[in-house]
Amino acid sequence: MALDKNSNGYTFGFSIAMVVIVGAVLSIAAIQLKPFQDENVKMEKMQNILYSISVVCSREEASELFDKYVVEQVVLNNKGEVLEGVKAFDIDIQKQYKEVRAKARTAEAVEYPLFICEKEGERVYVVPMVGTGLWGPVWGFVSLKSDLNTVFGATFDHKTETPGLGAEIKEDAFGDQFKNDVIYTDGEVSMKILKGGGGKEDPSGIDGITGGTITSVGVEEMVIRSFKVYKPYFETIK
Amino acid sequence: MAEVATVETEPLFSKKNRQLLKDPLDDQNPITVQVLGICSALAITTQVKNAVVMTISVMFVMIAGNVIVSLLRNKIPDRIRIIVQLVIVAALVILVDQVLKAFVYDVSKQLSVFVGLIITNCIIMGRLEAFALANKPWPSLLDGFGNAIGYGWVLVVVAVVREIFGSGKIFGIVIPGMDWLYSVGYMNNNMIILPPMALILVGIIIWIQRSKNTQLIESH
Repeated sequence: MALDKNSNGYTFGFSIAMVVIVGAVLSIAAIQLKPFQDENVKMEKMQNILYSISVVCSREEASELFDKYVVEQVVLNNKGEVLEGVKAFDIDIQKQYKEVRAKARTAEAVEYPLFICEKEGERVYVVPMVGTGLWGPVWGFVSLKSDLNTVFGATFDHKTETPGLGAEIKEDAFGDQFKNDVIYTDGEVSMKILKGGGGKEDPSGIDGITGGTITSVGVEEMVIRSFKVYKPYFETIK
Repeated sequence: MAEVATVETEPLFSKKNRQLLKDPLDDQNPITVQVLGICSALAITTQVKNAVVMTISVMFVMIAGNVIVSLLRNKIPDRIRIIVQLVIVAALVILVDQVLKAFVYDVSKQLSVFVGLIITNCIIMGRLEAFALANKPWPSLLDGFGNAIGYGWVLVVVAVVREIFGSGKIFGIVIPGMDWLYSVGYMNNNMIILPPMALILVGIIIWIQRSKNTQLIESH
């Protein structure tokens, strides 16, 4: 029987066969390539942590340098108490943050990783953080000097902020403003984003991004919220 | 729909087939003559490496898409042919994207959305619809290859100019002697990095091409 290429039956049959074949091919490819992609993401995370303590390296070197600089990894609960048996590097804070917002995880169940590095004889504490920008998540790593108050370095990134506006948080010009700023004043998180920055009088002020106010406010909220959680732990190790 | 049953005696690189390869390089260039696929050409040509990876990606999608559509040309129901073409192209592009993410992660981050946007690259859909649907697999393969090269050479030329004058580098390597140039006051031209400059460069290429190939000049 000759098939009528333009009959409804043939059209449906063709579509179904096509979708099944394409779906199968893509799933197989995705599964096969997943380990390589995960490895890349892991290396990039190491690269970012190292970047916040001013170690610039390629993705290939990241693993080796990470082992060299990061001396201790700690995981805290939302009261700042140390959790045992969890590996800080394996915690996906973005996923947990998303789950909290979707009410799939309680705020008490969020884990807070902390990476303690040793650079040129000084202990540097890297705090990973995640928040909300204008269009999607923003995240970053802020590292503190051994006094647990002065910022050593900071790096931020985003998923879909507006290029040229909110996306500027990714640039060094924004992150570098945090350097040598003070996080806590009189026991409270005093870091804030201001128009024009804090100048000399206010060592906690950061100049926000013009035209990227919602992103800037998102970064501010993220920094304040995160450092509040880490504060009790910092008190115990001071 | 009856196809003329010609006996396969045509040599693989007959004059007609060579024409399929040659035309897109000059007379029928997808970018400079047909002015298709411009948006990706503007966006990713700041570095030669990106332009090359993009060209290879487009080449793979175009050749594979052309061959698959050509093989299926008598099976694809007419009413859903555009959807079928889109699904084939989209599947190929996702494959390319996944492979780039796995093996050249940094380039894949820089190309970002533009890999995904290959799906909507008019050159690809244009070739599928205009050529592969009506021709045998071998000529379709040549057509895909020719058009990808035609797209690619413009991309690479633009990227070479932009990388040299915009960043003082070529393939990410600093050009020898740049230090001396900087010390006597030379500066990288930041405007070259911006998308409008790519458009101007493409315009210059079109200008040169038309001054050499007067057939391309419209009569009016």
